[in-house]
Amino acid sequence: MKSVSRASLLALRALTRSVVALTLLLASALDAVLPPLRPAFAVEANEMLADPALEARARTLSAQFRCLVCQNESIDESNAELAHDLRVLIREQVNAGRSDAEIRAFLIARYGEFVLLKPSFSKGTFLLWLGPFLVLAAGAAMIALARRRRGSDALEAPLSEAERARLENLRAE
Amino acid sequence: MIAEIGFFALLLALAMALLLAASPLAWSGNEDRQMMALTRPLMLAMSSFVVISFAMLTACYVVSDFSVATVAENSHSTVPLLFKVTGVWGNHEGSMLLWALILAIFGALVAVFGEGLPARLHARVLSIQGVIAAAFLAFIVFTSNPFLRLDPAPAEGQDLNPVLQDIGLAIHPPLLYLGYVGFSVAFAFAVAALIERRIDASFARFVRPWTLTAWSFLTIGIAMGSYWAYYVLGWGGFWFWDPVENASLMPWLAGTALVHSTLVMEKRDALKVWTVLLAILTFSLSLLGTFLVRSGVLTSVHAFASDPARGIFILAILAFFIGGALTLFAFRAGDLKPGGLFAPISREGALVLNNLLLASAAASVLIGTLYPLALEALTFEKISVGAPFFNATVLPLLAPLLLALPFGQSLAWKRGDLLGASQRLLVALGLALFVAVALRIEHGGPVLAPLGAGLGLFLILGSMTEIATRAFPSGAMLSFVSARLAFSRALGVPRQAYGSALAHAGLGLTVIGIAATAWHAETITLMSVGDARDVGGYTLTLTSLSPRQGPNYRETVANFSIAEAGVPRGEVFSTKRVYTVRGTPTTQVGLMTTGFSQIYASLGESEPNGRVGVRLYWKPLVLFIWLGAVVMALGGALSLSDRRLRLGVPARRPMAAAAPPAAAAE
Repeated sequence: MKSVSRASLLALRALTRSVVALTLLLASALDAVLPPLRPAFAVEANEMLADPALEARARTLSAQFRCLVCQNESIDESNAELAHDLRVLIREQVNAGRSDAEIRAFLIARYGEFVLLKPSFSKGTFLLWLGPFLVLAAGAAMIALARRRRGSDALEAPLSEAERARLENLRAE
Repeated sequence: MIAEIGFFALLLALAMALLLAASPLAWSGNEDRQMMALTRPLMLAMSSFVVISFAMLTACYVVSDFSVATVAENSHSTVPLLFKVTGVWGNHEGSMLLWALILAIFGALVAVFGEGLPARLHARVLSIQGVIAAAFLAFIVFTSNPFLRLDPAPAEGQDLNPVLQDIGLAIHPPLLYLGYVGFSVAFAFAVAALIERRIDASFARFVRPWTLTAWSFLTIGIAMGSYWAYYVLGWGGFWFWDPVENASLMPWLAGTALVHSTLVMEKRDALKVWTVLLAILTFSLSLLGTFLVRSGVLTSVHAFASDPARGIFILAILAFFIGGALTLFAFRAGDLKPGGLFAPISREGALVLNNLLLASAAASVLIGTLYPLALEALTFEKISVGAPFFNATVLPLLAPLLLALPFGQSLAWKRGDLLGASQRLLVALGLALFVAVALRIEHGGPVLAPLGAGLGLFLILGSMTEIATRAFPSGAMLSFVSARLAFSRALGVPRQAYGSALAHAGLGLTVIGIAATAWHAETITLMSVGDARDVGGYTLTLTSLSPRQGPNYRETVANFSIAEAGVPRGEVFSTKRVYTVRGTPTTQVGLMTTGFSQIYASLGESEPNGRVGVRLYWKPLVLFIWLGAVVMALGGALSLSDRRLRLGVPARRPMAAAAPPAAAAE
């Protein structure tokens, strides 16, 4: 290992320094612009509850329900009339002291599973939830299989003309 | 007259495309070079007619010829000239013609730049592109003719959909289509190569520039659509997992996999079967995207068409191309000989992992998008598959990919040294972790946010490390004496390597931008003129609220002055606009950019007492999301400009000479 010389150590150190400098720069830039955490959505001011804790619950809840007339938008994001009505409805229920589960059950009873942006795991949806991971597993299995097959091939594969020629050259040297 | 010329040109283009599609029948079996050579002029003629047709339709819009039905439905004499032109594709008929136009342009480019390809392969590729063109031109002529006349002609048009009267959305479809349709070239090559039974490294060399071009355009196109949603919808969301967005994300994921697998095929002659399949799948997903959007199966802002005849026609096109290509693949894939061997820990191995995860992610998006449709068709049960599903399935697949990326990038071909790669990346990884921990302590938030930011940083630093280690391999001196040597070494690193490092760094930027959304600040409130509100360290004062008249709309304009700790920083205005012809309201948000962050102000509903609903946001580093995409596309372009890659698109070079073994050593 002659190559691990002083020169390469120097090079490595210079590299490290420049990377550190850049990171600190980026980090300080990141640090400067980031205020403390707050979520961001599209509810109207006049709908919001006075109590911040209840309002936060209402926000979290309404992000889970679909605006039924929109394309995959939650009622919290949507500007549609119906979304507004549902936001108000959820806040009324939150104010009335209903639990999250009760409000959820209420909305499902009223609009069906369709209102949930995150479909529940059931007989009708297990393929949906497992599908992506089945694809991944199938892909991985196929790769493993292909490797095993190739592995045995490789042992038997004779050298090609070009490889033989190169081998001869190497031997001659 | 103009419209008739346009329609006639369209018919001629269809005729040419049919001839092109039928041409292999004329020369199959024999080596009739003259017949084969005909495909090139046929393709150029077809392309010219499509261009003429598109130009005629544009002319109808520019002069506001309301006797043409699509012009009357989608334009108005008061619309600014820019939106008269972009109105051409702001509707179903015109956007299909744009699709055909871009297909024709790619066809012409293949005709011109593919001269050096083996004659038979070139003819086949052109012919297959002719088949695709014929299908889409027939679709336009028979179900979506943009040149239909109205009698009597209305005196005035019904205006362009106000949502589309925006520069962002005006250029978003052409970019997106350049991506979608660009993948047709890879598809045509794959099918032609399967017919030829000849698939080797040269296939990858022919296909890669086209794939990279399409991918770069698609990347920018998606980013453009996302930025548009961000500033139009009034609350600053940038991705909704809307089925139409998913339709563009699927070919992007598959195309990204394709860009990487062609690399393996080109350099190492491995992954051949998979690359050919992926080329077919990528364009199939583009077609599927077109089908989903155009057929009206999904109804959203983007879907202008809801005509069942069209839906069935596109479904037939879809079945023909996907089914046909996959059948051909099934019959011919067995003939392919496996290529270069590699150890699991190697550049190839890493790229296989990349392909596995990207393909699985594309499959998740596909499943999530189609599942509700299938379930409803089979059981009449209606469910929604929204953001929570995609976040729970796609993100776990992509996160390990991002984490593994810098390692894969610094592994050698054939047999890599993971320990060595880790040592090289130690600094980058350490710093990324440090920043993640610091962010967590400093700003809190969900654990995923600082982790995401750290991951993004790791991607950027990893790319830099990769370039640095290539420019200064161990033993190279970095002193004053050898500064010139180091510089020339850095210049010697192939542009393709710079391109890929740049693209990966761009991805890192996007990841940081997305992670930073967790630290957005928000103030939703009611304001009267003179009121001030705080958001993310800034104070916004509503200075005025006044009506204004535009060319084809009325609006209420709110002016805000922005101050930071009492120091004035600037002004923004935000408007609530009503387009007079259609009576549709839209919001124009006020944006102030500081560095890569933005202050975002949008107007809500007005109250009777003179107060107005206002949404104010502080969006730290939000521009990274789209800037990252632009950097990714630039990386693609840089890689395209690599001279070695240009040799791969052989300019008058026979195929055998096109793949010097020296390139494989890289």
